[in-house]
Amino acid sequence: MNYGIPIQYFLVLATIMFFAGVYGFLTRRNLITILMSVELILNSVNINFLAFNRYLYPHQLEGMFFSLFVIAVAASEAAVAIAIIINIYRRFTTINVEDVDEMKF
Amino acid sequence: MINFSYTIWILLLPFLMFLLLGLAGHKLKPKLSGLLGTVGLGVITVLSYITAYKYFFTSEKIDNAYQKITAFNTVWLQFTDKLHIDIGILLDPISVMMLIVVTTVSLMVHIYSIGYMKGERGYERFFSFLSLFSFSMLGLVLATNIFQMYIFWELVGVSSFLLIGFYYQKPSAVRASKKAFIVTRFADLGFLIGILILSFNTKTFDFISLTNPAGASIIQGGKIAFLGLSVMTWSMILVFMGGVGKSAMFPFHIWLPDAMEGPTPVSALIHAATMVVAGVYLVARMFPIYYFSAPVALNVVAYVGGFSSLFAAIIACTQTDIKRVLAYSTMSQIGYMMLALGVSGYGGHEGLGYMASMFHLFTHALFKSLLFLASGAIIHAVHSNYMTDMGGLRKYLPITHMTFLVACLTISGIPPFSGFFSKDEILAAALDHNKFLFFVEWAVAGITAFYMFRIYFSIFWGKETQYHHTPHEAPAIMTIPLIILAIGAAVSGFLPFNRLVTSDGRAFETEINLAVAIPSVLIGLLGIGIAYVMYRKESAIPDKLAATFKYSYKWAYNKFYIDEVYLFVTKKIIFRYISEPVAWFDRHIVDGTMNAIANLTQNVSFRIREFQSGQLQKYGFVFVTGAIMLAILFIYLWK
Repeated sequence: MNYGIPIQYFLVLATIMFFAGVYGFLTRRNLITILMSVELILNSVNINFLAFNRYLYPHQLEGMFFSLFVIAVAASEAAVAIAIIINIYRRFTTINVEDVDEMKF
Repeated sequence: MINFSYTIWILLLPFLMFLLLGLAGHKLKPKLSGLLGTVGLGVITVLSYITAYKYFFTSEKIDNAYQKITAFNTVWLQFTDKLHIDIGILLDPISVMMLIVVTTVSLMVHIYSIGYMKGERGYERFFSFLSLFSFSMLGLVLATNIFQMYIFWELVGVSSFLLIGFYYQKPSAVRASKKAFIVTRFADLGFLIGILILSFNTKTFDFISLTNPAGASIIQGGKIAFLGLSVMTWSMILVFMGGVGKSAMFPFHIWLPDAMEGPTPVSALIHAATMVVAGVYLVARMFPIYYFSAPVALNVVAYVGGFSSLFAAIIACTQTDIKRVLAYSTMSQIGYMMLALGVSGYGGHEGLGYMASMFHLFTHALFKSLLFLASGAIIHAVHSNYMTDMGGLRKYLPITHMTFLVACLTISGIPPFSGFFSKDEILAAALDHNKFLFFVEWAVAGITAFYMFRIYFSIFWGKETQYHHTPHEAPAIMTIPLIILAIGAAVSGFLPFNRLVTSDGRAFETEINLAVAIPSVLIGLLGIGIAYVMYRKESAIPDKLAATFKYSYKWAYNKFYIDEVYLFVTKKIIFRYISEPVAWFDRHIVDGTMNAIANLTQNVSFRIREFQSGQLQKYGFVFVTGAIMLAILFIYLWK
């Protein structure tokens, strides 16, 4: 089966997105941006799911459903995360992650 | 067979009373707690008299001898099938006699204390400690085995410690109680080792099998073990060491005079009549072993007793605190009892010393507790312990005066008071077996009469002292015990001890040996006479004598510097050359190792804790790095 675009393209895109997300997660100081980076990581995984499903098991739909599931979880995760961020802001009047370091020794 | 099982209450009642007064005493009114303690002890006294009557007059004799009866026995600690420690009640002539002594004196002291301790802080504490003491002392005399005796032996030590330190705000009382406890405890170390050696060799703790003259335990242990003495001899000497400590014999006597810091009724009960004779009782209890398998140890008993009685009598002549004089006098009289045991034989008339010792223990308990209680009444009236603050008191304290006089005549061995009979038997026993010790004791009898009448004349006659307020006679609740004890001290000499309390339980005949009685009465009268001349009126003779024998007087006044020797040995030698290096080792080596380990742990943890920074992204970085490393590992190493 030839779809014109080889699977490697998808995988490379997903990898770039994943590490972009990891990089953003580790370097950004703003909690909202960190949340966005997490979304990026999740979406790169989604791409992987879809690509593998399409190329390896074209007559099955588990990959599709799984990514739909991931999107739903990501939406609720975003809701919870933003609620947490709002609470943090109320408590610390900042959403800079470096200032939120009370949980230590 | 008569049922003696009720005797368990003689032990249980004072213990329950101790718990009641100790735990709930502060909620009761002081008067009520004193009354409760006294009534409880009254019940025990009645029970003891019933027991004594039943034992001596209605119990069955086998082969004309009083039997040892185990009234109650229970296994307390079971280690193995053969090794177990029992708690029980043993009735035999000496334990029944001691029951009478302990309960009688204790009851008198209880009644007296109601008056004497009135208004003191810790009134109910005092009575609960007295109950504890009565319990422990009764447990000691009724013990069926040597280990039970040891347990109660330590318990009387504790109660003595608590009661000496009763006025715990006074530093001197605290010091005295510590001293008493440590010295007796040190001596008890010997006792414990002695018990272990003894029971290891005889395979039993039980008194009945231990002291059976025909039994196996007497015969064993005869072989030479160490320094030319047999195992048995060593163990008995060590056991006697415990007795030396408790009975304040030389060289462990130093705690007794200081113990007078306690309230006077306590001195009367514990440090005159009951606890301090525990050593004598111990030797009497083990007497068959001493006589049959450790005669050398018995000689040690005799000489320690003889020396202590002379030593204490000399010191007593120079002291000015009346309670201290009485303390040394107690030591001297206990020396008599020890000596009597030491020169005694076993069975029949040979056992005269044994009987005399028990007889003297009995009469001594009465007259010495009387002396202490009377001196308590005097101190109560004058507010001083020192003879120099007293004089001419006979007008103010007529009852105390008469009872004190009776006690002085008794201790001096003037007939027909009881001390004459018991002392006469001791001297007769000494004359039969050891002439040297007889002469020592004969001289001590004279010294005793001298120092007793020295304090008698100084207190009740002598100079007319000006008092801040007129001394007045003690209330009836204090004088009635004095009168009862005085009657007891006067007439108890007529008790037929030779029929009741003998070494083998069989009666034998004694008669007054005039060759002993006349010289002993004469030297007693001589002592009284000298005291009369010196102290009847204010005179310069005592001071002149003291000046003439300046050095010997000074030595005796300072108790022959025994306390200083102890201090030197402990502080300058043991503390400096043993304890201090050991303490240094402990502080620097043992503690140092521990501290080093602790410091290391602490430093390491200070470093480690910085990993937990609270910085979310650092955690994330570590996590991602780890995940990547694991991924690499899996990819390249997973085959």
